[in-house]
Amino acid sequence: MKRYARVMEVVGLAMVASLVVVAIFARQLAPHDPTRAVAQTFGDPAPPSWEFPMGTDALGRDVLSRVIYGAQISLTVGVAAMLVTMTIGVLFGLASGFFGGKVDFILMRITDVMLTLPGLLLAMAFVSVLGPSLVVLLFVIGLVSWTGIARVVRAEALSVSQRDFVTAARALGAPSHRLIARHVLPNVMPLIIVMAALGTSGTLLLDASLSFLGLGVPPPTPSWGRMIEEATIYFRVAPWLATFPGLAIFYAVMGFNLLGYGAIARRRQT
Amino acid sequence: MLTYLVRRIVFGIVVLIGTSLITFAIAFLIPADPAVAMAGAKADPQTLATIRHELGLDRPVYIQYARYAFRAAHGDLGRSYIRRENVMHLIASRFPATAILAAAAMVASLILGILMGVAAAAWHGRAPDHLLLALSLAMVSIPVFWLGTLLLMGAAAITRTFPLGGFDGWESLILPTITLALGSAGYYSRILHTNLSDAMRQDYIRTARGKGLSQREVMTRHAMANALLPLITLAGLDLAGMLSGVVLTETVFNWPGIGRLAFEAIFNLDIPLIMGTVLFAAFLVVIANLIVDILYAWLDPRIRLEEIG
Repeated sequence: MKRYARVMEVVGLAMVASLVVVAIFARQLAPHDPTRAVAQTFGDPAPPSWEFPMGTDALGRDVLSRVIYGAQISLTVGVAAMLVTMTIGVLFGLASGFFGGKVDFILMRITDVMLTLPGLLLAMAFVSVLGPSLVVLLFVIGLVSWTGIARVVRAEALSVSQRDFVTAARALGAPSHRLIARHVLPNVMPLIIVMAALGTSGTLLLDASLSFLGLGVPPPTPSWGRMIEEATIYFRVAPWLATFPGLAIFYAVMGFNLLGYGAIARRRQT
Repeated sequence: MLTYLVRRIVFGIVVLIGTSLITFAIAFLIPADPAVAMAGAKADPQTLATIRHELGLDRPVYIQYARYAFRAAHGDLGRSYIRRENVMHLIASRFPATAILAAAAMVASLILGILMGVAAAAWHGRAPDHLLLALSLAMVSIPVFWLGTLLLMGAAAITRTFPLGGFDGWESLILPTITLALGSAGYYSRILHTNLSDAMRQDYIRTARGKGLSQREVMTRHAMANALLPLITLAGLDLAGMLSGVVLTETVFNWPGIGRLAFEAIFNLDIPLIMGTVLFAAFLVVIANLIVDILYAWLDPRIRLEEIG
């Protein structure tokens, strides 16, 4: 089982690394301009061919190039939103687990409230009210995704705070902020890194869902979610339009999930 | 048992008050003036002032919230700006379609998840276990809206008579249910697998083996009882996630439920309807968790016998 967990982690890491490479070198890798009509079939989506391996869309744009460029915005939003998520979740979890008592009670009730609200619905409401832009997306996704991380970090911080070395440092007169920064946080860090991988799979999915609903980063930036939304009216005549961007989302989410769950499975064994 | 239940009900009310504050914040963040949204851009100042007064928008924030919370507690969620209909009636008319879909998906995901989890635990550490783990991860990684679109495309390719969207007889329920259930099933199977492997290491399992029970009996009579219980709580909590999936599934399949209603409200910036649907979704989750708590108390003797013991 331990070896299998290791395999999951390595495969996940390779998948994520390949995505990062594609996003960074999109300009070199994409055979065509993702925002311009390059096929001679204007108005009619063309099926995959040697020239266009993933076909072309209704505007004559190359689907492969759009999928490659889509990695840029997906990874940017996914990772940045994950950082917002982690910041809120880790702050809540550390404070709750370390201070306990009233602080813990109030912070955890706020967490319960957020857990009760369907994340996507709340995100849709906030994005539509505030208007879709990169900054709004990052903060809204962060705002609705932090609860799971807060709970996990709280449990870990709680157990670390009761260990002897923390008690010893406290007895020596170390102030709370120093105890958290020097003793609790470094011990919770490995878990935070694992949660970051899982968090990114969540933020990626949420971003893709919002894009699909027309609430993602506005055009002409190619985004996987919106490509599928645009493809839905062609699902009878041009199924390749929805298939390839969806595979890309699936690949990205699966990569981060393998990385995160592999690491958790390995932690459980040791 | 009674104190436990009272505590859970009070807790549910506290959570609902919290969610009402957040939905109220949605109305407050909007840059557009609701009076203008109702009367149109060309309305004269006199009309706007009248509408503002009628909506109570000229009162202080806390009074506005108090009025909103008082009315919501009495089932009055206001009137839709665009449809000019009572929000509660709109939600009530769309609720049955969502309830049928969510219930079908919940049952399907629990059955599939339990089967996968038990199979993985039975083959613990061997190839089928690894395969099932990879499969469950793939199931949670598939975007709901893509899965729905793929199923629609597949159905369209196979047959032209298959109902492609809308609520139209029982066979129209099949594809949306698969779409909504698959992710949760993957999630449940993973959790159940973890719970079962943990349970199999407990002392009472060693005792059961020691008194000569077969592996199958140990698994079904002892390990399962303890591994399944937490899954009930999880399914209650997962309803919030499922309602997010409902919005996407209903959009893909043109399903006449609350998810589509919320989607339309958000696109029309119909504030009372947005607030109403979000608050109603939270209400459903709170009720579901309360039912789960009662079920849990009834099933788990450690809670059921709390006061007697």
